[in-house]
Amino acid sequence: MVSENDVAYVADLAHLELTAEERARMLKDLNSILGYIDRLNQLDTSHVEPMAQVASRYGERQDEGAGFAPSLRADEPLPCMSREQALRNAPATDGTFFKVPKVIER
Amino acid sequence: MKPDPVNINLLTVDTTRTAVLERETTATELVDAFYGKIEAEDPAIGAYLTLCKERAYRQAAHIDALADKGDDLPPLAGVPVAIKDVFTTRDVRTTAGSKILADFVAPYDATVVTRLENAGAIILGKTNCDEFAMGSSNENSGFYPVRNPRDHSRVPGGSSGGSAAAVAAGTAVAALGSDTGGSIRQPAAFCGVVGLMPTYGRVSRYGLIAFASSLDHPGPFGKSVRDAALILQAIAGRDPLDSTTADVPVPNYRQYIGQPVTGIKVGVPREYFDEGLDPEVRAAVELGIQELKTAGAEIVPISLPHTAYAIPTYYVVATAEASSNLARYDGVRYGLRSPDSKTLGEMYRRTRDAGFGAEVKRRIMLGTYVLSAGYYDAYYLKAQRVRTLLARDFEEAFTKVDVIVTPTAPTPAFKLGEKVDDPLAMYLADIFTVTADLAGIPGISIPSGQSKEGLPIGMQILGRHFDEATVLRAAHVAEHALAGKALP
Repeated sequence: MVSENDVAYVADLAHLELTAEERARMLKDLNSILGYIDRLNQLDTSHVEPMAQVASRYGERQDEGAGFAPSLRADEPLPCMSREQALRNAPATDGTFFKVPKVIER
Repeated sequence: MKPDPVNINLLTVDTTRTAVLERETTATELVDAFYGKIEAEDPAIGAYLTLCKERAYRQAAHIDALADKGDDLPPLAGVPVAIKDVFTTRDVRTTAGSKILADFVAPYDATVVTRLENAGAIILGKTNCDEFAMGSSNENSGFYPVRNPRDHSRVPGGSSGGSAAAVAAGTAVAALGSDTGGSIRQPAAFCGVVGLMPTYGRVSRYGLIAFASSLDHPGPFGKSVRDAALILQAIAGRDPLDSTTADVPVPNYRQYIGQPVTGIKVGVPREYFDEGLDPEVRAAVELGIQELKTAGAEIVPISLPHTAYAIPTYYVVATAEASSNLARYDGVRYGLRSPDSKTLGEMYRRTRDAGFGAEVKRRIMLGTYVLSAGYYDAYYLKAQRVRTLLARDFEEAFTKVDVIVTPTAPTPAFKLGEKVDDPLAMYLADIFTVTADLAGIPGISIPSGQSKEGLPIGMQILGRHFDEATVLRAAHVAEHALAGKALP
């Protein structure tokens, strides 16, 4: 069971503040969803490898042929976005850097 | 004498190109007509978030110039398309359906957008969707919900509901969506159009705003299987800008449209037809299976034994990846920034609190929880292991059959507001679609009759990795056999 403290801890990890109302709702929803997720424990997976990427399964059983593995492009420099373009959507800049509130509190 | 004006409601990919090629109309006239229809009809539906008129007219002028010269036209010449607002479009607002990106103007085009335009398509605008593609009803849009063109009191499905609704309403000839747990196929089923999720790695994700990177699949919507195939043709293939695209040759899909299904083995998994299935959905899909049999396919009962574990697996894997992907929305480099924060940490939290909607916060919280110290093995690693079992189910099945037929969604379109207060009930709307996302196999939803209330029902056809061709072939045969057929 997720507790109120867990919600506060996870919200902090996720950089969310959440109102008291949102926290109460989150507690209820997370417990309901995690309760449903617990059914995964009905399965014995001690000898099953985890699957992080689809590419690991290409050609696993079917005669799909070789060459399905993702292939990397040559490591060559290509033109990239200009500074002006990269800064265009920023909420605050000094024209060279992104500007943010102070990072270190005194 | 000028021929009769083209009826834009009847246009397909091929007839649009032919009409421009044979000078029955011009691309510019088509763009005029589509924007006229959007302005008249879309306010009641809400499929579009942003129209990109300047870009559309520029592309139309380019196509018309080619036609004037008498050049052969590219395969999608003049075809007006709508793009789900999760794909970046250079110099055009790109929101992902989120207030946190309400004013974001993308600095580059997604590969699929570039490829569509290179093939001659005209991008009319960006379509509404659930925020960051998280939802099954479009009610999680940060702007306004989309209404189902077939019944405005009902949802169009989600998360690519705007794209599905635009094609259904005829405010675009075709559209692009993205499918992470069913977000192309389920809205296609709800709106009565065709929606195709290609194999993971078949279509580039470069410029697709990430929800869950190992599950996100870009793909087309069309009025027909042929149209979906022609759009896929334009967008498929390896992209040096996405290292997860596979170096697999892309066949000419057009040649599979119209091929018979004689001798093809069609698997029918018992787990997708259990007692709880809506009787009208069952009848519709069984009719489709019968039509494939009549057309010469062999029907084979199969089992996908881990199906009941797909939704819990999905909601661990997808939310874990989402919590990581959405960490970038912090008010620093782009997007919303909450003003007047004293510290950086406060600015992050206030920005994210103000910019994200309830469902996105719920998924970030769930994903952060399952990745947090002490729970990683119990939830995240466990779900990844069960994902292997789900992939193996399909691998095993595809040693016996060539395609698998199931319902796309457990019910026809539901009412707006019906499931918004119960996240788990909403998640279960994806019960028949998440399995293919987890395994990375291709799937299509085609219309298969309608309910007594006149609501479309979708039939799903799944195939082997990179075998969209067989999926399209079976789907085309079923589509034509089912056309105009009433349910028993």
